[in-house]
Parts: sequence; C-alpha cells; structure tokens
Amino acid sequence: MSGDVEVALKGKTVVICAGSGGVGKTTTSAAIAAGLAASGRKVIVLTIDPARRLADALGLPEDGNTEHLVDPSRLAAAGLNGDGELWAMTLDAKLTFDELIERNAADAETRDAVLRNPIYRQLSGAVAGSQEYMAMEKLYELHESGRYDLVVLDTPPTRNALDFLDAPGRLSRFIDSRSLQFFRASGRASLGLVGRGAGALFSVLKRATGMDLLRDLADFFNAFGDMAEGFRDRARRVEALLREDRTTFLLVTSPRSAAIADADYFHRKLNETGMPFGGVIVNRVREHVRATAGPKLEHELSELVDARLAQKVLRDLEDHNRLAAGDSHSVEQLRAGMGGDLLIVVPELSGDVHDLDGLAAMAKRLFS
Amino acid sequence: MSTLLDRRLIVVTGKGGVGKTTVAAALGLAAARSGRRTLVCEVASQERITTTFGVAAAGFEEVEIEPRLHAFSVNPDEAIQEWLRYQLHSRTLAGLLGGSRIFQYLAAAAPGLAELVTVGKVWELAQLERKTPRSAPYDIVIVDAPATGHGLALLRAPQTFREVARVGPINRQAGIIDAFVRDPSTTAVLAVTLAEEMPVSETLDLERRLQDELSMRLDRVLVNSVLPERLTAADRDTLKAVDGSGSSTARAAIAASLATHQTIRAQRTQLARLRRGTDARVATLPHLLTPDVGRDDLERLSRALEQKL
Repeated sequence: MSGDVEVALKGKTVVICAGSGGVGKTTTSAAIAAGLAASGRKVIVLTIDPARRLADALGLPEDGNTEHLVDPSRLAAAGLNGDGELWAMTLDAKLTFDELIERNAADAETRDAVLRNPIYRQLSGAVAGSQEYMAMEKLYELHESGRYDLVVLDTPPTRNALDFLDAPGRLSRFIDSRSLQFFRASGRASLGLVGRGAGALFSVLKRATGMDLLRDLADFFNAFGDMAEGFRDRARRVEALLREDRTTFLLVTSPRSAAIADADYFHRKLNETGMPFGGVIVNRVREHVRATAGPKLEHELSELVDARLAQKVLRDLEDHNRLAAGDSHSVEQLRAGMGGDLLIVVPELSGDVHDLDGLAAMAKRLFS
Repeated sequence: MSTLLDRRLIVVTGKGGVGKTTVAAALGLAAARSGRRTLVCEVASQERITTTFGVAAAGFEEVEIEPRLHAFSVNPDEAIQEWLRYQLHSRTLAGLLGGSRIFQYLAAAAPGLAELVTVGKVWELAQLERKTPRSAPYDIVIVDAPATGHGLALLRAPQTFREVARVGPINRQAGIIDAFVRDPSTTAVLAVTLAEEMPVSETLDLERRLQDELSMRLDRVLVNSVLPERLTAADRDTLKAVDGSGSSTARAAIAASLATHQTIRAQRTQLARLRRGTDARVATLPHLLTPDVGRDDLERLSRALEQKL
C-alpha cells in the first residue's frame, strides 16, 4: 500500500521516527510535525542533533531542552499555515539525566553525591546508551505534560536498531536491585563484612579490574540507593508508552542499499518485539527520466545543441537513469519485505532540505 | 598513499550512510595489493565487508578472504571473554566470572566497558607481538568504525578508563592502548563523507572534537560518491536556452542533465566548504553508480584510492 502519512498517524499521539544515519530522519521528523501543525494540531518535534541551518530555520535556541514555538508567520510564508502550532526542542541528554536525578533524589546531599560521582559523570555524558534512553525519557515527559496533541521524536543515529529499542530495558537492568545489593555489599567488602562467596568473587573482580573502579561503583550505587525504585518504575512506564496503541514507529530510509538493509532489519525487530509499526518513508528517491540514450535521441539533441554538448547530455542521462534504476530496485525490494504496510516514496529534492520552504515541500509529499 | 598505509592502524569513521564500509574494504584491497598483510575489522557489525566480497561471515575469527586480505568482526561480548581469559590466565576462571550475573552487572554498569574491550581487541590485532595464540602479525589493520559519535566514544574509552580506574590492571592497559591510538605515527583517523551539507558539517565537527577531546588530528577526509562534472557554465546556459524546445525525449534528457548539473554544483559548494574548514588532506572518490557494491566496484574504487592518496 502506498499513501499518506496521515493514515498511519490516525489516533496517534506519539510518533517515533527511526532509521540509520544520513537518511534525512531529522528533516522528515520536522516535516511531519510541520504538516500536522498545518492541519490544526499542536505538535512538538524533539530533535537530537539538527543541522545548524535546519535549527536556524526553525529558530531553535542554542540551549537544549527548551520548548520553542516556531514563528507562525514564517511557517505561513512557506505555505505551512494552519490553526495548529509547531514547537521544537533539541535534546540535551546529559541535562535530562541530571534533571531525573534531581527529581528522584531524596535530599540535596544525595543529589550532589550522585552528580559528582565519576561513574555517574561518565555514564550520563556517554554518547552510547544514555542518549537513546534520555530521548525516550524526554518524549515521555513531553507526552505526559498534556501540552501537545502529538509528540514527534527524531531518534539518535544508531547503527543497531536494538540499541534504541532496548534502551529502557538496559537502564532497568543497570539499576537492577540485585546489582545494587552486590555493589553496596562490595563497598563493605573492603571492610571485611561480607560472606565468603561474595568475598571470593570480589577478589577475582579485584584482580581483573583494579580496586578504585569498584569503589567508585559501590559509592555510586550507594548514593543511587533509594532512587533506584523510582528510576525502574519510570523506565517501565516509558517502555509501556512505546508499546501503546497511540504510539507509532515510522521508519525513515533512503534507497541506498545499506540504509535499506537497516530498515528491513528494524522492521523485523519491531514486529518481533511487538512495537507498533506505522510505515516506512523512503527519502531521496531519484526518478527515472523517460528517455533512452541512443542514436535517435542523439539526433534529436544535435538539432538543438552541438555534437559535443549532445554527448555530455547523453552521458548525464545515462548516469541519472542508472542511479534512478538502482533506487527503484531498492524501493521494490523494501516493498516486498514490508508486506502490505504503508510505504511512502519522497523524490529527491534539489539540494539538502534545510529551510522552511524545503520542509513545506517535503510535508506536501508526505501528506498528499 | 604510502604514508597512510605505513601506519599500523587506520580508523575509518564518518556519518552514517556515507559508505564507510565500502571505503574501508577498498582501502583494505589497496593495502593488500601493495603487498601488506592486511586486516579489515568491522565493529558493531552486520558483516557487510564479507558480504561484499561474497564470502561467509568472519565473526570473531581472522579469516583470509583474498590473498593477504583478512576480515574480522569485533563483538564486545566475545572481546570481554577473551580479555578475562588473558587477565586471569585461566579459561575456567574467566568462564566462571564472565558467565556470572554479577560480572554482567559490572559490565553493564561500567560505562564504556564494551567500547574499551572493543578498542582493546583492535589494539591487540594491530600489535607485532600478538597475544592471541598461534596468530601472525599484520602490517596494517583497517577498522570500519561506527558513525562519528560512537566512533569517538570508541577512541575515548581508553582515556575514560584511565581516569575511572585510577590504579590497577585496567588503568595500565588502558594507558597502553590510549598511547597507541593517539600516536599519529601508529594510528590514523580517516573520515569518510559525502559532498553534502550534513555529512560535511559532521566531518568538521569530528575534526574539532578529536582535537578538543583527545588531542588527535584527523589525518584524511575521503569524499565519497562525487559525480563527474561534465557541463561547463556555458554548456548550462546553452541547455537552459534550448530547454522547452525539441522532442519530448530531448526535453526530458536536457532536464535530467540540468538536474544532475545542479546536484554537482551543490557537491562542489560543499567540497569547497570542507576544504576551507579542515586541516586534513581531502581526496575525492568517484560515484560508483550502483546500489549494490560488488567485488568489481571495490576494485575500481581501490584503484581510484591508490591514485588519490
């Protein structure tokens, strides 16, 4: 089935745009949000790392985690006028993590102990893992605020789709009470207060890792202590939101074979893990030009331009149609893998899309 | 080329979807052709290199896929097991510890441990004195690293662990690995990009972050998929003047040519922006004009690489 993204978004309040890097995920997320706003909804798009010019086009402030209303007059100038509101925000993963700690800490002392801990600082600043979870955390927060009809999330660029889907689960495991107990115990182990079994394991770990790492971990888990339940509970609710009927995943891809392979894999994983799948958007598809480079065309061209230029045009045409044939092959391959699911083809727009006019053009293709 | 291939380790990174794997494979082919015993190593991988060469997946095992060219795929779980075996000098103890829930908690809790053991394994592969029993050294190891942010996390992991584990074996080993990957005479970081706005921005950002966070230099930028420029400005004006006349096919062909020309102009603008913004050497690679890169395409690309570097 081909068609309109509106169909996939019917009754949805959370839209998650997933896919590999370099396929126009951020732009697509923004275009979807802009299209929904133009049709009267109050929408926020949560972006991860927008290109400077796209950020400028949306008027996004430098600071992350700030809800920003995109100037309606600028949207109207690009032909995106409507009764809705388009909001945008850039995720600051570290700040989101810090805010979570602040909210969950019982007192200022605990809060500071966690925020100062070297393990926490590495964990919250790490690109891998925490960014994925914090994107979902912020998504949940915006959704729960009730301020928006829809929240559109542009996901971090992950090579492995599972990294993203698994993020809440990983956080839950990380703060699992068993590991808490162990590390709190190992903090005491240095004082000789634990049983023989744990003591033996601890000594092996000490041999393998060195002492200080363990002590920092123990300190971290001690300080983290009472917050763990709150965190786990939160992770569970975030994960539940991802599976709800009002949530949908849209896969964004390009016709390049690596991106297609990623999209295919993600689609399978979504199905396996029971996540709600809305459809796939194939960006930057080059369209076949109905002309064949041959003697007839060469003759026709030579009536218009000199032979040298005619040759150049013929070779450009051949290249273009070779690229278009590759794209169309990829799209068909993807369509076969998707079964009857929604597939939207967005033709290559000239240049990168980085202004509101470009977003409007893209939104037009998505909401046909 | 010679100076680049004289390094022991080449880390290939860049924005997702720019063709890192293809370029890493082509570079591997060029290195092997120059007579070097070469390993191309995938990280967080979907075994794309072996697929391109049409051979069975390598996995956590060094496999010769063509004369002098080997493939390997790092998987953090196996790298941790191997590291524990080495650390504890006992397969049994390593299995016991690695399999224990408590160790898995530690592995999950210690941020960047997966990255550390991954870069540790890459380091081991690039050593003249290998720690893996019955393994021969390589002249050069080419890593198909993850996209920019995660690629940086990989290079940063040894430094992180030197700070977190202030003393002890992890601190010592992380120090050795850190020194190796940050020594420009042994290791080169190479960015692959496209002549498009976002990949170019990400490349410039990578260079800045390498410098700021790791005091490392970006050695080279390879601009992939550059289309051949055929039309001159005069040609374009001529075509624009006749656009709209002639047969429908001639009109379509001219429109296609003009559209391609516009794409190429945009590529040139971005290429110029890249050259202005970077201190690294920049080389371009031709567009392969095919969605599925095969062995012949790699050969073509590796020959182009040889000439450009």
